[in-house]
Amino acid sequence: MIAKLILKRLLVSVFILLAVSVVVFAATLLLPGDPARAILGQQATEERIAALQAELNLDRSPVERYFLWLGGLFVGNFGTSSATGGPVTDLLGERITASLVLMLCAALIAVPVGLAIGIFSALHRGKRADQAVTWGTLTLAALPEFVIGIALVTLFATSVFRILPAVTMSPPGQQVWEIPTQLILPTLTLALVVIPYIIRMMRATMAEVMDSGFVEMARLKGVPERRVILRHAVPHAIGPVAQVVAIQLAWLAGGVVVVEYLFRYPGIGQALIDAVTYRDVQVVQAISIIIAAVYVVVNLLADIVGILANPKLRSAS
Amino acid sequence: MSTSDLKPSADAGPPPSGTTDAEPKESATRPAHLLKRVWAQGQGKVGIVLTVFIVALALAGPLLAPVLTGYSPTEFAGRPFQPEGIFGTDNLGRSVASRFLAGGLLLLLYSVLATVLGLVVGCVVGMIAGYAGGKTDSVLMRLNDIVLAFPQLVLALLAIVVLGPEGWVLVTVIGLTHAPRIARVARAATLGVVNEDYVRAAQMYAVPRSRILAREIFPNITGPLSVEAGLRLTYSIGAIASLSFLGLGMQPPTADWGLMINENRIALSIQPWGVLLPVIAIAVLTVGTNLLADAIARATASTTVESS
Repeated sequence: MIAKLILKRLLVSVFILLAVSVVVFAATLLLPGDPARAILGQQATEERIAALQAELNLDRSPVERYFLWLGGLFVGNFGTSSATGGPVTDLLGERITASLVLMLCAALIAVPVGLAIGIFSALHRGKRADQAVTWGTLTLAALPEFVIGIALVTLFATSVFRILPAVTMSPPGQQVWEIPTQLILPTLTLALVVIPYIIRMMRATMAEVMDSGFVEMARLKGVPERRVILRHAVPHAIGPVAQVVAIQLAWLAGGVVVVEYLFRYPGIGQALIDAVTYRDVQVVQAISIIIAAVYVVVNLLADIVGILANPKLRSAS
Repeated sequence: MSTSDLKPSADAGPPPSGTTDAEPKESATRPAHLLKRVWAQGQGKVGIVLTVFIVALALAGPLLAPVLTGYSPTEFAGRPFQPEGIFGTDNLGRSVASRFLAGGLLLLLYSVLATVLGLVVGCVVGMIAGYAGGKTDSVLMRLNDIVLAFPQLVLALLAIVVLGPEGWVLVTVIGLTHAPRIARVARAATLGVVNEDYVRAAQMYAVPRSRILAREIFPNITGPLSVEAGLRLTYSIGAIASLSFLGLGMQPPTADWGLMINENRIALSIQPWGVLLPVIAIAVLTVGTNLLADAIARATASTTVESS
């Protein structure tokens, strides 16, 4: 039963990814102008344009081009950048790692801290600390990521304290994480953006679980409160919260865009902004599909965790 | 149709101002006006004050800018990044104060339009999916999932690269990316009322579908939709300001808060006002609308409990 549910969910994800690729590909068809002409510039001769058009398969029908493009994605061929003239893969390779490092750091901070504050808040429901958390999460959740980022830069890099770098330095040949201090502000910004949602969900779920019959039963049996919380309540709250956590982590894939631009962090987000500014369509397509794929896969994992954590489904099989 | 009179309706009742005289606070038959219930909460009060303050600033700002500062938003006031005038000059030597005053109107206008577009499309799709059920429902919801597979900003960037950073592109793409999220809420709310007796009665009298949706179902799902409106307005402001901040939303020489941050952030340490004023304004506005949305959520939740 569980396997069937997971398989069904998997098929839905594959279908969505295919549909996403159609949407992303359709973007090129809507684009006015000729990509070959854009790559070669004003002074290109007609023969060179014709040659490049043949090389980029522009002389085929849209349907054929879609399948050639889609096939290319599977073997790591993301097309040609019109800004550099080289393959998109060269442009993105290191940047993907850099972005993943940033997302991972943010997740490693946001998830445990968010869960801890959520549990704390639920256990002190209605008290002053809980109200402070509620106001704090409402405020943080409203702020766009660049507002949080600029506030942190003003506080820690330019105006109040000058202890952290405001932008990322990446000399060629050196990885960004070799200077760890420059990861602090971008990581903190991303973490602060996703934390309020994790806190609110954890608080709501935990509050509900603490009111339930089995927690009361455990208390009546004389189980120590600490054990009631850690052994009886928390495991039941994790399932629903895992989904929200995963949605937030998936959000990070899109959220890195603004944060990377703000801190000049050399990841795919900044590459995306550059590509949009120069109207480098193949790069925009490649990055959109990568980000959408991360988004869909993380959501899929979340649902699988949700299915596995659901005790009703577990006992049925 | 008479049944809809029993339910609280968003546009019934007197406006909140001038009704401070002694009135029964809440009665079982007719709950207090929504705005009054929002105002009764701490969050709601703060949210309304913050939102009204920034909206007033954004609306009156463009008119006041030349009067108060002596410079129009695009006029040169001095050398770049100098502390002259009230808040100094920006990257091209224009008055920061003037550009700040003039910079909120378009952001606000675009955000509201995007939210309205998202609400209309999302609401129609969600209500049809919830009411029709079956195949229509699954097709619409799968289409929803496809849009939901893109982070909002990425889809916006994809649209901007193809169509260019025009105003209508921003409004349309932000509105349409809200739509599936709103549609989910509208669908869930529709499913909650679709089996009520008054809907059944209307079906029995062969009232046309569109009329049932508009007259029977819509008035009864305004609660969750008004919460969505507040929430989506918050996100619209954030998304449009973010795009301008990235240099891909409003284009120079427009005076706009997001764009100002982009233009002036290289001088954050020597002339911070060009960045801090718009950042603070956007922060206050989004926090205000979010607190408001939260207060509306509590207010509508409490009436559904009372009236059921």
